[in-house]
Amino acid sequence: MFDPVKIKAQHVDFFYGNQQALKDISMDIDVGRVTAIIGPSGCGKSTFIRLLNRMNDLVAHTVLRGHIYLEGQDIFSPAVDPVEIRRRVGMVFQKPNPFPKSIFENIAYGLEVNGYRDRDVIEERVVMSLKKAALWEEVKERLRDSALKLSGGQQQRLCIARCLAVAPEVLLFDEPCASLDPISTAKIEELILELKKDYTIAIVTHNMQQAARVSDRTAFFLLGELVEMGETQHIFTAPKDKRTEAYITGRFG
Amino acid sequence: MKERIYKTIFAILAFSSLVFLVGIVIILFKEGLPIFKKVGFFSFLFGRAWYPTHSPPEFGILPLILASAWVTVGAVLVCVPLGVGSALCLHELVSERQRAVLKPVIEILASIPSVVYGFFGMMIVTPFLQKVFHLPTGLCAFNASLVLGVMAVPTVCSLSEDALSFVPKSFREASYAVGADRWQTLTRVVLPAAGSGISTAIILGMSRAIGETMTVLMVAGGAAVIPHSFLEPVRPMTAAIAAEMGEAPMASDHYHALFAIALVLFFITFSFNIMAEFVSRRFRIKLGLSG
Repeated sequence: MFDPVKIKAQHVDFFYGNQQALKDISMDIDVGRVTAIIGPSGCGKSTFIRLLNRMNDLVAHTVLRGHIYLEGQDIFSPAVDPVEIRRRVGMVFQKPNPFPKSIFENIAYGLEVNGYRDRDVIEERVVMSLKKAALWEEVKERLRDSALKLSGGQQQRLCIARCLAVAPEVLLFDEPCASLDPISTAKIEELILELKKDYTIAIVTHNMQQAARVSDRTAFFLLGELVEMGETQHIFTAPKDKRTEAYITGRFG
Repeated sequence: MKERIYKTIFAILAFSSLVFLVGIVIILFKEGLPIFKKVGFFSFLFGRAWYPTHSPPEFGILPLILASAWVTVGAVLVCVPLGVGSALCLHELVSERQRAVLKPVIEILASIPSVVYGFFGMMIVTPFLQKVFHLPTGLCAFNASLVLGVMAVPTVCSLSEDALSFVPKSFREASYAVGADRWQTLTRVVLPAAGSGISTAIILGMSRAIGETMTVLMVAGGAAVIPHSFLEPVRPMTAAIAAEMGEAPMASDHYHALFAIALVLFFITFSFNIMAEFVSRRFRIKLGLSG
């Protein structure tokens, strides 16, 4: 039977020390669609998305209650290897974070740590990933140059390519355009719409227009709570909750 | 008016260290150079015999240079694993609270006076080495290396830990996000990124070891002969200067020779520091920090 739910969060509470960042979040991320998470700063949207690939494991003194399932498997069960989860659920961060290595090595790294040894295969997948991330034409002449020489927008697409190389099933974008100019932002958005054909995508953004442009479903977070979730069209045209309406019409945020 | 007085006062204070530096260099040259006229630059540097008080005296400092080199290399072999290892441990394994205690504790090692280290080397390490290796004397290059190595640990550890913590968190996250485990992240992302910072730490540690005087004077054994093994007594450059300066008649050849040794030593530590500066600048550029 086809299950449209890729990731399922059930009654998730999350604490940084004594501070509760997420309160009883239950939501689904559907397979093959783009789910946007919007909300004002500090609403817990980044915290939530970073739970989906266990990136918050790296933060000390945190407590999680509730469950998050990836295709029915509880990703926080002790039997699960977080490294394996992160390979299946890739992540692109707020600030482009290429390694201080060459463009080629940046992408090859993910393959190498996942056990690829054959140079031809690695080369082929590097090229493929760069093409998928719409960066190939701009960098094909200088794959050996340092990735730090690229512009911010190019770096972010390189990070996307790095993600794609290890063939994840889900892509998480944590405010991927927060530090980019409008033209680079447009390129990333175009790319997200393209990638949606092959991947399940979740994107955190504080830019409501962006959510409206790229997403199929939207979740609105406020003060650590999930206020409302639904088809993007509905959320932006006929929100059920007064707080959602206030936010999308720009009365706060 | 008042402001100008302040400005002048602070400018004088700031430039005084420059004056000291220039003054020291000038004196080193002025007092050191005459010996080269006497014995020649190369036969001074590469002469194999140091008999400054014989007649005729011989002023070859190769045994002293080699002694310094052996002791320093030995110290590096001790302080790199200990210093970098403890930096990695501090950075990777212990909690924030434990680090807040442990790092200052390691740094306290640096505040122990070198004469205390020397004393420790004489009283504890010397008999130990003598017993273990059946030596005629436990005062030897190996002893000096061990003690100097431990002395350099705080420098190496503290600076290496700084280098590790300068590696942006985002590199780690990026590595984890593509499915790398902790070990891969450490060896393939964090260490290479911190590599030149750690090299700087090691170079400064070496600089500390080669310039150290009191300890080597007490534990290196003091024999001015070309060393053939770590277990022989040696006389590093610093020890030679410290031990002999009191006996060398003012303005004698011996006196000038000791200044020339100091000059050589100065160039060695100076180039170490330049190297460290150069490497750490590259490190900052590599990490995208300001150059």
